[in-house]
Amino acid sequence: MNRAQLSEAERRITHDITRRHFFGRCGVGLGALALNELLAEDGFGNQAIDPARPMEPRAPQFPGKIKNVIFLFMAGGPSQLDLFEDKPKLREFTGQIPPPSLMAGKRFAFLKGNETLLGSNRKFERVGECGITLSELLPHHRQIADEVCWLQGMTTDVFNHGPAKLFMNTGFQVPGRPAMGSWVTYGLGSESRDLPGFVVLQSGPRGPRGGNSLWSSGFLPTSYQGVPFRSGGDAILNLRSPKGITPERERSFYDTVSALNHARLDEVGDPEIMTRINAYEMACRMQTSAPELMEFAKETPETLALYGAEAGKPSFANNCLLARRMVERGVRFVQLYHTDWDHHGDAKNNLSDSIEQRCREVDQASVALVLDLKRRGLLKDTLVIWGGEFGRTPMGENRATVGRDHHVDSFTMWLAGGGVKPGIFGATDELGFGVVENKVHVHDLHATILHLLGFDHEKLTYRFQGRDFRLTDVHGELVKAILA
Amino acid sequence: MLHSPRVASPSLAVLLFLIHSLQLFAEPPARIGFNDQIRPILSNTCFYCHGPDEKHREADLRLDTAEGAMADLGGYAAIVPGHPEKSALVERITTHDKDEAMPPSKSKKARLSEEQIALLTKWIEQGADYQGHWSFMPLSKGAVPEVKLASWPKNPIDHFILSRLEKAGIPPSMEAGRTTLIRRVSLDLIGLLPSPEEVDAFASDPLPDAYERLVDRLLANPHYGERWGRHWLDQARYADSNGYTVDSDRMMWPYRDWVIKSLNDDVPFDRFTIEQLAGDLLPKPSKSELVATAFHRNTLINEEGGVKPEQFRVEAVIDRVNTTGAVWLGLTVGCAQCHSHKFDPISHREYYEMFAFFNQGEDINNKGATIEIVRGEIFGQPIAAEPAKPPGTEINEGTPVRKPPNETTVWTPAQYLEFDTSTGAGFRLLEDNSLLSDGRGASNDVYRIVAKTGLKQISAIRLRVLTDDSLPHRGPGTASNGNFVLTGFDISVGGEEQPIATAFADHEQANYPISGVLDDNPKTGWAINTGKESKVKMNAPHEALFVLSKPIVVSDKPVEIRLHHDLNQSYLIGRFAIDFSPEESGVPEGLPKPPKVKRENDATSDIAQLMVMKEVEKPRETFLFQRGDFLRPDEKLGPLNPGVIGAVNAAFSTKSARFGNRLDLARWLVSPENPLTPRVTMNRLWMRYFGRGIVETDEDFGSQGSAPTHPELLDWLGSEFIRREWSLKAMHRLIVTSATYRQSSTARPELLEKDPRNLLLARQERVRVEAEIIRDTALSASGLLDERIGGPSVRPPQPDGVYSFTQTARKWTASLGPDRYRRALYTAFYRSAPYPLFTTFDSPDFQSVCTRRARSNTPLQALTLANDQAFFEMAQGLAARLLKELPGESDLISEARLKRALVLCFCRMPSEKELAIVRGYYDGQVAALQNDMAAASALMNKELAASGTPPPVAAALVCAARAILNADAFITRE
Repeated sequence: MNRAQLSEAERRITHDITRRHFFGRCGVGLGALALNELLAEDGFGNQAIDPARPMEPRAPQFPGKIKNVIFLFMAGGPSQLDLFEDKPKLREFTGQIPPPSLMAGKRFAFLKGNETLLGSNRKFERVGECGITLSELLPHHRQIADEVCWLQGMTTDVFNHGPAKLFMNTGFQVPGRPAMGSWVTYGLGSESRDLPGFVVLQSGPRGPRGGNSLWSSGFLPTSYQGVPFRSGGDAILNLRSPKGITPERERSFYDTVSALNHARLDEVGDPEIMTRINAYEMACRMQTSAPELMEFAKETPETLALYGAEAGKPSFANNCLLARRMVERGVRFVQLYHTDWDHHGDAKNNLSDSIEQRCREVDQASVALVLDLKRRGLLKDTLVIWGGEFGRTPMGENRATVGRDHHVDSFTMWLAGGGVKPGIFGATDELGFGVVENKVHVHDLHATILHLLGFDHEKLTYRFQGRDFRLTDVHGELVKAILA
Repeated sequence: MLHSPRVASPSLAVLLFLIHSLQLFAEPPARIGFNDQIRPILSNTCFYCHGPDEKHREADLRLDTAEGAMADLGGYAAIVPGHPEKSALVERITTHDKDEAMPPSKSKKARLSEEQIALLTKWIEQGADYQGHWSFMPLSKGAVPEVKLASWPKNPIDHFILSRLEKAGIPPSMEAGRTTLIRRVSLDLIGLLPSPEEVDAFASDPLPDAYERLVDRLLANPHYGERWGRHWLDQARYADSNGYTVDSDRMMWPYRDWVIKSLNDDVPFDRFTIEQLAGDLLPKPSKSELVATAFHRNTLINEEGGVKPEQFRVEAVIDRVNTTGAVWLGLTVGCAQCHSHKFDPISHREYYEMFAFFNQGEDINNKGATIEIVRGEIFGQPIAAEPAKPPGTEINEGTPVRKPPNETTVWTPAQYLEFDTSTGAGFRLLEDNSLLSDGRGASNDVYRIVAKTGLKQISAIRLRVLTDDSLPHRGPGTASNGNFVLTGFDISVGGEEQPIATAFADHEQANYPISGVLDDNPKTGWAINTGKESKVKMNAPHEALFVLSKPIVVSDKPVEIRLHHDLNQSYLIGRFAIDFSPEESGVPEGLPKPPKVKRENDATSDIAQLMVMKEVEKPRETFLFQRGDFLRPDEKLGPLNPGVIGAVNAAFSTKSARFGNRLDLARWLVSPENPLTPRVTMNRLWMRYFGRGIVETDEDFGSQGSAPTHPELLDWLGSEFIRREWSLKAMHRLIVTSATYRQSSTARPELLEKDPRNLLLARQERVRVEAEIIRDTALSASGLLDERIGGPSVRPPQPDGVYSFTQTARKWTASLGPDRYRRALYTAFYRSAPYPLFTTFDSPDFQSVCTRRARSNTPLQALTLANDQAFFEMAQGLAARLLKELPGESDLISEARLKRALVLCFCRMPSEKELAIVRGYYDGQVAALQNDMAAASALMNKELAASGTPPPVAAALVCAARAILNADAFITRE
């Protein structure tokens, strides 16, 4: 098979994918009749995914407001009532039994039913033009009070960590579905030629509950699965050449593999070999680009101080700085996990020193990320999301100390960046039990994120086991009111 | 391969190309076929609102059945056979009136094209002949088609393939060369490479049946069961951990061994099915039949704090229904969990009738029923270690009743705040402040008691086990003789675990001492049986004391105590009371202490407590869950009886009146009259050999799935499978000895026009082998492979940092012995942190059933093969093998080694070009390493260093081996 035939073969395969989809839907033998219908209905743009280059940048369905996403995931469920929502009434009724009408039909993970209301003992201040009430635990957040959209009416469906994290990340409570980052890179590819399109970073005492399934590509091709980067040692598993192999000698290794593959390609003409040749080329580039990414030498002391980052010392702050560096290099979706926000009231997870420590770890760097992106002109193309898998109860939970249990009916998240209108959106009742205004369900958040990226959430689909799946399952409403 | 995200590039060329290539499949028909031409249009455009889902049906019109479509709608009908002009359907799809037009604009579905309208019109004109969906029809027994090229077919399969090729005017490909054939069929049947000697022997075998004899040898090879067992384990969602967040170890390997053994024994597929789905319900089930039922115990268990057991019990039952539907029926029954299926005739109610079969399991998000299996037992070669016998079966004295070490201790009764069990069973608080089990305790239940003490501090806890009339022989345990086995005792104060220094029991059954509670071995514990002549009574109150390492200040903090019963299913404590003491009595001498080093984990143990299926004694009622929500049972509809899917049952000539339990379901699935099981099973077999099934959507044989490319062949294979008494090996042999399978896989440029996807199989497919086989082939090429079959899962080296992203940092100590080089299906699989090689090469995460894996091709795969420690060791192993097989130093020997390396990996003579490429690289490395001796030594392992070969030579050979193991040809079945 000669070169010309080969490129023809590649072209065919690309068309072939289109056709396969067509066959999958309609069955062989229908004829070409349904093609026009299919084109009319897909509305996803007009570029095919080249299987040899699954991460090639693609245009969305309509021009998006943003190109990248950084999700600061506060694993465990931060207490909105001790951070973002001042509830004088709750404080006033501390120690009293909650109104039965608010408790009817509610299910909680740990509460027994005899708990009483618990007002926050934190000092709050109303700040910014929007008037968000921020507690003393987040002093740095005042700087972005009017930069971000405060979603105070978030709700979710699930009250156990594992299923709730899956729900926030994949739109389903059971494992095995694609993560948001996988959907986004499936839709858009990635601008980075040298780094993965969907990267996961972790800080805090342990990994997030749920592990791999939180960034799995599910039934999407594994090209779209999240790649965990570690902030210490080698960033990616197997990034380092075996001991004794220098970079120059590694280059000749890659050249040899490439030559062997080209020889086989000429012999058997399988276009899949070309895909593999490209994959090895990118692997070779990653071996250089990933260590460069992790290197903070070119960052100014001022920048490091802004984040509170220290070179070589793994932390949430370092990960925030890494996230900015990734977005600069074209990585499409960066997800940070910071763990241990599960403040039930045990000795090591309480609403006193534990939550204070968590806030010290994330307050400055979360804010620095927004400010740094903004001054570099990156914020207009980037969406920063901050929040956990659920909120915490207005009732106290009695353990070693009094903490709070998981709460699904209301919690706070914030969004910053292109396409989002700053201000407060959503409000809860006086006791913080439920949303009374502008409720945003997890599915709605997903729909809105996809919209900002240029996708109709109902049309970014993938056929699996006989049905078209999407991030929002069969739900989700675009939250138009927060669009800039 | 990738699917497209609804992408299409419209161009006339493509359109013409499509029409052109479609003509391959659709000869211009005189008569319009309902299933291949009409149903797809109706299914895509109409069924969503006018289909099987009664709740979502518009205008009370359904178009998926003839009755519905032709029903009188008040003087008119949607379809009037023979009269398109009288059919409302035709009018509505052609009208320009926006309010009347179908599909309506709000459905966001495109109007039908002129061609589609013409097809529908013509079909109605021809009488609107509805046919049932093809896969629900009984298997057709059509004749084997005639072919022109009569010399080509080797068996009937080839007639089906060739007749289609001849109609399309495409000649089949030549048979692949013998070296390609032996590598292909070895990888497909046993997943290991043939040795160069085997390749030579086959290549020079002059007998005409050389290939058939090779196939027979491979089918008899015990590695066959490993290779095909892995495919089955994907469907069984087999893994070595519980899943969700805690994801702790489980020991399911006896089930894996059972699968290997059954496939090697060629257990007929009907029996294979019945044993896995209902082995426990067979009359007097054998141990092996019970092991088989672990198939449906591969469901997840959520061990997170605060979960409601019932919720996750229901999740597991749903998974069992959906898995059964996917594996045997190839149907997406899961769609009917929340509402009637939109496209296939599976009603919401039928889903819960299926659910009823699986709703009687005794496990409630917990370990549940177990049986003990020792390593090798499944293969009839148990290791020497005797499995522990249940207590009470042996007659012995045990210890006499002893006095506690400090009789003057003052005990304060616990004030119970909460008491329940891991499965949601409960206790009754009796007047004497003791707790009596309500009898619902599940097998191996964990009791959880939260209590206040009223004391400032505690230093010891007393557990009194008590008799009660409601217990067998008055207890104190729930076993039939009144015994129990307590295997673990945890205490935590304010959420913090408290270490226990020692323990004492007033009486211990022989081999069941109280020290068994303190170690963290679930297979040791405290029990109280006695010999018949003994003066000590078993059925009497007894007590155990647990002394804390140091006194703990409790104040008002609640104390939580957990009692574990891991050993024998029904050996629970029946009635008990707990007391506390504040006194620091000091630890008496001579009492047992917990082991200093905790066991790393149980998964490596040679004895497994395998989770198996068991029915509850008192059947549960099954309700339809509205919108699939287990909190919303449809009480109005009432409890449902178990039942099967009516549309599938329609193919049966005699219909069973009543379905009682899983055994009935299993027998129904493998009845020769079931239209789906043989088709689905044969399609999956075919898929493994050709990279694609005859039905490409192997998991969806419903109306939204793809249609079969060779429907007659699929039915023939299904019928033949039944005729050959469900023998999988017979069908494997048939497929791999066909001329179709033996064709060359080399691309044929002239076919790019006619059949670019190779749907007609005018050649074989080149496919990258699966994750596990990549490891296995590298092990076999390097000569490192440890061929032992079965046993506990093992830990080859994996990159550091795999657990930096999981909740629980697990210790992964790589095996140093031969276990380091076991086949990949023995590698321990943790659902929350899988072995990276597997995930990178598309193995599923085993959260749910996987019938077909993706096949991606990514940079991370390149990094894994290039740099993963396990693979680098295999490159070193291959280099060592070359030095050993071809000793000495000369240019010729170097050349011979490189050639041998290529032969070992590719199983064929390399081309001159390939050899030159490797030779050039090798020479360059030798030269470079001569100037970098430190690097050369770093690249060698002990064996290479000891070989006496100059380090640059040995190290360059490692580099060359590494390059060859990274070649596409190595990881591809050609």
